[in-house]
Amino acid sequence: MTATAEPEIGRARLRKEDARLITGDTRWTDNIQMAGMLHMAVLRSPMAHAKITGIDVTAAAAMPGVLLVLTGEDVAAEQGSLPCAWPITEDMLAPPAPSLAVDEVNFAGEGVAVVIARSDYEAHDALAAIDVEYDELPVVLDMEAAVADGADLVHPDLGTNKSATWVFDSAEAGTGADVDQAIADAEVTVTRTFRQQRLIPAFMEPRSVVVDPGGGSITMWSATQVPHILRWMLAAVLGIPEHKVRVIAPDVGGGFGGKLQVTPEEVLTLLVARRLGKPVKWTESRTESMLSAHHGRDQIQQLTVTARRDGTVTGLKVDLLADMGAYLRLVTPGVPILGAFMFNAIYKFPAYRFTCVNVFTNKVPTDAYRGAGRPEATFAIERLMDELAVELGMEPMELRRKNWIKHEEFPFTTVCGLTYDSGNYEAATDRAMELFGYDELRQEQARRRESGDPVQLGIGISTFTEMCGLAPSRVLGSLRYGAGGWEHAAIRMLPTGKVELITGTSPHGQGHETAWSQIVADRLGVPFEDVEVLHGDTQSSHKGMDSYGSRSLAVGGTAIVLAADKVLAKARTLAAHLMECSESDVEFASGQFSVRGTGTSTALGDVVLAAHVAHNLPDGMEPGMDAECTFDPTNFSFPHGTHLCATEVDTETGAVKIRSYVCVDDIGEVVNPLIVEGQVHGGLAQGIAQALFEEAVHDESGTLTTATLADYLLPSAADLPHFTTDRTVTPADSNPLGVKGVGEAGTIASTPAVVNAVIDAVRHLGVDDVEMPCTPMRVWKAVHQGKERGVPTTPVAAGGLGSIDAQGGAE
Amino acid sequence: MRITVSVDGVSYTDEVEPRMLLVHYLRERLGKTGTVVGCDTSNCGACTVHLDGHSVKSCSMFAVQADRHEVTTIEGLARDGQLHPVQKAFHENHALQCGFCTPGMIMQSIDLLADDPDPSEETVRHGLEGNLCRCTGYQNIVKAVRDAAHQMRPGAGPEAEQVAPSPSHAGGGE
Repeated sequence: MTATAEPEIGRARLRKEDARLITGDTRWTDNIQMAGMLHMAVLRSPMAHAKITGIDVTAAAAMPGVLLVLTGEDVAAEQGSLPCAWPITEDMLAPPAPSLAVDEVNFAGEGVAVVIARSDYEAHDALAAIDVEYDELPVVLDMEAAVADGADLVHPDLGTNKSATWVFDSAEAGTGADVDQAIADAEVTVTRTFRQQRLIPAFMEPRSVVVDPGGGSITMWSATQVPHILRWMLAAVLGIPEHKVRVIAPDVGGGFGGKLQVTPEEVLTLLVARRLGKPVKWTESRTESMLSAHHGRDQIQQLTVTARRDGTVTGLKVDLLADMGAYLRLVTPGVPILGAFMFNAIYKFPAYRFTCVNVFTNKVPTDAYRGAGRPEATFAIERLMDELAVELGMEPMELRRKNWIKHEEFPFTTVCGLTYDSGNYEAATDRAMELFGYDELRQEQARRRESGDPVQLGIGISTFTEMCGLAPSRVLGSLRYGAGGWEHAAIRMLPTGKVELITGTSPHGQGHETAWSQIVADRLGVPFEDVEVLHGDTQSSHKGMDSYGSRSLAVGGTAIVLAADKVLAKARTLAAHLMECSESDVEFASGQFSVRGTGTSTALGDVVLAAHVAHNLPDGMEPGMDAECTFDPTNFSFPHGTHLCATEVDTETGAVKIRSYVCVDDIGEVVNPLIVEGQVHGGLAQGIAQALFEEAVHDESGTLTTATLADYLLPSAADLPHFTTDRTVTPADSNPLGVKGVGEAGTIASTPAVVNAVIDAVRHLGVDDVEMPCTPMRVWKAVHQGKERGVPTTPVAAGGLGSIDAQGGAE
Repeated sequence: MRITVSVDGVSYTDEVEPRMLLVHYLRERLGKTGTVVGCDTSNCGACTVHLDGHSVKSCSMFAVQADRHEVTTIEGLARDGQLHPVQKAFHENHALQCGFCTPGMIMQSIDLLADDPDPSEETVRHGLEGNLCRCTGYQNIVKAVRDAAHQMRPGAGPEAEQVAPSPSHAGGGE
């Protein structure tokens, strides 16, 4: 229902947030200065795996301005173990995770001591004076080696590097057939191994924490995505009464999952502030961020797809190794599990088995990074569909079309048991192909192949879906996740008619202040400008599950709608009382209650004031017009779309240039198309970055060699193309707004589109894979090795796994 | 060392350590927290300010190097309550999301437009190569800069929003 004269929902409102951000009137955590505030600096291990045999802090403690130097031993009794909220199996192995290493370091970058000084400069000076003696231990870096018999162990006490093995089998679950049978019966089988390189979230605002221990309770400001979870976990880890901790996420400069964490530094800043009784600030350098904030991705994926000769897919088997790094952080083990239900994607696989082994290595822990599990799954299946198409000699889009869920088949229950509520893959694909000029580009590709053009054209497809709107609490419970997936909203109707909306979502760039104001304005018929959105402070916004997993609108936005409806329901009762009519005769439109068939009306603002002064309320009605709602979804939402990428690959240099990129996403209904388009652009940039640029690289001793932005290649404006974006709309059935979520879509979809395009450009030269990122060196090598090999597609063409037949292969 | 610096039109005299970075002087001494630090290696450009009208990365300069110079930060751009056309264009083209890179991005864009008042898309993309954004994919930033160029053309829009020719103008970039 729209209550405003002009619908607010769907309107490209310019953002409220911008006013402070474009003028520098911002409230980043690092901006906070307080009287007597001290600064903490962290000494980090240069060793990836070592025993700490001694730490001498004497010289550091004597340096000017230094108040305190602490080692892991000094805080061992109080620091607890950092929380992991997702024990994916009953027998999952998890080592203790100290904020400050006590007697052993397990990754290069792990904190071993802290200095607290009057200034940040003095604190860093003193770090250099701390003397740590290490006794080196064997470093475990490679996942395949880590799970082999007799491997060196990251945590010898655990007896293995395997943290957990998690299996989903459609035959056992009763949601599908047996994949082994499908493989035995297969007419065509293709097996491929893909590597998801390790990525660094690289939010632009380095993390920062300020803790004020004064006034009888503890206040923490943190550059976090999850103030509510953080408060809960601080209480749980440190034994501090939860009601004595207030957490504030002020302006937060990006997160992308990278700030979905309870960090060692948050715990340590709190401990030292409490110990000294003074406010303490910690702000990381970019290198510290890259060395110690959690990383993302890092999987080895082996997939087997089976099909009939006509292209109908019959089974899918997925075996993953997922790198946990050295410790299990907040949701580390669950990230690959979020992908478990997405490998089957939009296709009607009758049989499916997913097995994931979570592996410890001596590297920075991994955890959520934009898409978390779903980009990995989407990449693997979309790459594999292209490989299957080659194997069958089918046009890759035709193969997809043959196997995807038709629009008339929704709602559709997948081989994983998820019910996709709505979608129209045909519509999105048709629109994308039209915008892209698919047929023309294929013709150009053929011409350039024929003429032997040194710059070859490739076309990459990604027809993706994702599950987001995390998440139905019951489902999370069944996956052994430690928390629920609901969201909370409260509306305060102020006596002057202004509105305060309190949300449990915690924005860090998404524009919630704007979009949430639109929702409230739309429902209540109040001006957009009259709505103030309060968030990110556990004192004002006392209840919430924060922002990640493209959940804020689908879950948090729904809570707002339902809270607004509660306001209206009560206002309607009071309006009827004031207008002396039956409630059933009251109509509401454009902020006005009126009596059906009469000229009598009263504004919502007047009803709110009447409720506030409470002079004339119906018997039993409480004063005030505030309302709140906690919404727990019953299903995920399933955005989908078709992404098409055309690359030009220079076969002489290996350079890849994206010539055009078209995406048509279906994210259901849209509250603010401007914000949506921006989220798509940013998502594409991150997905393309995985395909072409970014990789966290370690040397053989476990040192991260890409620990500055000079070494880790975040794309600049000059590295990215212009994007052509469009949308189709099939409303979600799972929430009253009909929305699906957009935060992760671009990232999930774009990586395989780009890599498929790179390979498509040079497949006729014998290339069937290029590892990500597809750097000029890798592409050049693949082209030259392919030419030497002189085979059109796969090395083995004698039937069975990875085979091609006489009619198949590249055209 | 004793330095005298003009920042956003106000003259300050301070004792600073020779090693103090300009960005720390701005943020911690002067409270100019609109300018931020993103990377420490001059790759991201979040700390970009103008020194005598030209963009510099304030994390890669010592405060003492700004002695007797004129610094303009994001906080000194708006005049008489009027946003600079580039600030306005960033808002109107949705060229920011989290906004952390925005101050540096705006300062660099103004510098770029001073060199080329009518840049092509390609020129804008290359001109902003030293400023990283993780949220927007740059498309709307490029659009905003070109829109601002259009708005700043002689005769375009109200006079108050045009870049003043005076070399002392905050953020003119000439």
